[in-house]
Amino acid sequence: MGTVISVVLYLTLGVFVVGTLRRMMRYASTPAPLKIPTTPAPTTRTGVVFRLGREVVFFESLFKASKWTWLFGWLFHAGLFFVLLAHLRYFTEPVWWWVAILAPFSPYFGFMMLIGLAGLLARRFLVDRVRYISAPSDYLMLVFLMAIAGSGLLMRFELHADIVQVKQFALGLLAFEFAGLSFNPVLILHLLLVAVLMFIFPFSKLLHAPGLFFSPSRNQVDNPRERRHIARWAKSLESHSSGKSSGNSRG
Amino acid sequence: MAKPPKFDVPELGDYTVTPPVMPDAMSHSQPFVAKATHQEAIGFPGELIDNWQEVAIEKLGELTGKYRGLQVYLDSCVKCGACTDKCHYFLGTGDPKNMPVARQDLLRKVYRRYYTVAGKYFPKLVGAEDLTKDVLDDWYKYYHQCSQCRRCSVYCPYGIDTAEVSMAAREIMDSVGLGQKYCNEIIGKVHKIGNNLGLPEAALADTLEGLEEDVLEDDGVPVKFPLDVKGADVLLVTPSADFFAEPHIDGLIGYAKVFHQAGLSWTVSSHASEAANFGLFIGNYDNMRKVALRIREAALELGVKRIVFGECGHAWRVGYSFLNTLAGPFDFLDSNYPVPQHIVEVTHDLIQQGRIKLDAEANDDKRVTFHDSCNVARASRMGSKAGGQFVLPREIIKASCNHFYEMPANTVEEATFCCGGGGGLLTDDLVELRVKGAMPRMQALKEVHDQHNITHMAAICAICKSQFSKVLPYYGFEMDQIISVHQLVGDALIMDTEH
Repeated sequence: MGTVISVVLYLTLGVFVVGTLRRMMRYASTPAPLKIPTTPAPTTRTGVVFRLGREVVFFESLFKASKWTWLFGWLFHAGLFFVLLAHLRYFTEPVWWWVAILAPFSPYFGFMMLIGLAGLLARRFLVDRVRYISAPSDYLMLVFLMAIAGSGLLMRFELHADIVQVKQFALGLLAFEFAGLSFNPVLILHLLLVAVLMFIFPFSKLLHAPGLFFSPSRNQVDNPRERRHIARWAKSLESHSSGKSSGNSRG
Repeated sequence: MAKPPKFDVPELGDYTVTPPVMPDAMSHSQPFVAKATHQEAIGFPGELIDNWQEVAIEKLGELTGKYRGLQVYLDSCVKCGACTDKCHYFLGTGDPKNMPVARQDLLRKVYRRYYTVAGKYFPKLVGAEDLTKDVLDDWYKYYHQCSQCRRCSVYCPYGIDTAEVSMAAREIMDSVGLGQKYCNEIIGKVHKIGNNLGLPEAALADTLEGLEEDVLEDDGVPVKFPLDVKGADVLLVTPSADFFAEPHIDGLIGYAKVFHQAGLSWTVSSHASEAANFGLFIGNYDNMRKVALRIREAALELGVKRIVFGECGHAWRVGYSFLNTLAGPFDFLDSNYPVPQHIVEVTHDLIQQGRIKLDAEANDDKRVTFHDSCNVARASRMGSKAGGQFVLPREIIKASCNHFYEMPANTVEEATFCCGGGGGLLTDDLVELRVKGAMPRMQALKEVHDQHNITHMAAICAICKSQFSKVLPYYGFEMDQIISVHQLVGDALIMDTEH
């Protein structure tokens, strides 16, 4: 059992890492020929770091847009973030001190995820505008994430998994040693769902995570008059010769 | 094409209400298609080509490789719905395809079908669709119901800008021979004559001469309106509507008075007698660059030291954000001034330095509010600080008149509503769309009007001014309630008669 799950996790992790990196490389290598930050925009690089930071941590733009979507979206993402950190307890030995502090709270984070996801799902059904723009995959993705969070919480409160064994399994994954895993349907489901999530990440709207950092309307510095910004392909259009030397170029 | 049907003008309530989704409410709205001559003049096929589907799909792939924004935006949307109630065209029409995300999806579903693994193998699951004639028709209709105002991009958690998607879609349509008459005819005129109106040099000279006479008669001051003067310090590039349309022309008189009183030598160029750059609207870099280069050529030919843009929204976006890229570097100009400058920046500096004086009492008959033009607000800047595009015009207005009031906070500055006529939609074949799209701004105007008895709304964009002149009467206002910021300046400016 442990071996099969291990192989699945390695493969899907591979797809996740390679697929997402390839996507990010495509974003990075595609030129942004024009300055298009949504203004008012920061006029310095540092300012841009803060702007992106506020988007990542606080969902600043979404907060301006819709308080409900912001609340549910933020609850889910913050819950997920802390749940992921708390999961480090399975991968560290001895457990890092701050992970040990976080770990007891992970059910709360799990419930944050569930509440957030439920709210977002309700919005898809209840708000006519959001219903109109939702494809089957948009509902499925939420249900799917709820199943991951739900199965995790279920193991915490009801159908307990053998924590010691899970930890050995996790450490085994890091060491490339296939540790055994006794059959616990909820645990297997939990792990397989995570595997599927990793697998679809590079092919789905989950790309919004790396996408934000490459979004020109958010990551560009507002300095077009001070600095000439020109893409490679745009440069090749230039034939006028008057630019380079100043002074004698007056017509 | 049939005349647009009669339509109901939206009613203004106490505040803006998000309408329920009404599918196909605007599916009858589309602009006139460009004729072969308009298309060919700017490098596109004359009519819809036989293998349009193949070429369009290929073009889409080309564009996602050329524009990072487009590529990231097509991938990143999570359908959260944050933008769904932000577009003035959706608020005014209720047509769900006017929700920014749904508008993007018209292109995104095709992108997914042909360029993503999920869309190739599971189209139904992820909402991917083949590019059919129906889809193309939807593109033509709904990508011409977007004024590229960027309001949605303010609220998107990833900054997805529907304007970029809209421009790409128009570029694809142009490349298969399905262009919009209004934009493409105008771009052809600029390439040929130098301005959107096709106003030749002689007519321009005539108009400017007439203005000199008018100002001398009205104010007793010999204010000049110079054309093609070599060696002038400042090249003024202004929307051609400033030369003849109301209320634009009073803005032009305002700029001229400012230059005159400050003792700045300036000129208009007949070669670059247009600030607006419609190449932006159709998303075509080549055309946009070609139009922008006329300004460089004029600056070189006339040997000016500075370039100043008149009041024009999208023009200022191209001027501020793109001119240096498209037609730079401008190292032959005076490096003490940014290139280009906005007339509002010039006037603001002159007020700060005490080089011009304003008597606000001259406008005591007016109670004024200010409409932030979308592309100035969300796609450019004025002055050295972020947000200067909101501060500078307001400071000028407050220096020019004593009664200034803001519209509701969720309709100004970065949250401003488009006038309803931007992005290549300022054409009579789209009147219904323009009237309905103006609703949110009209609502805000009504609110400030009810509270403070506003008499005038000032703007710094030629499109806004033309659009409001047209739509104000539909909402019970007078067409002349829209004025130029520099009309206020011109009227308040204290002129030395013996300058």
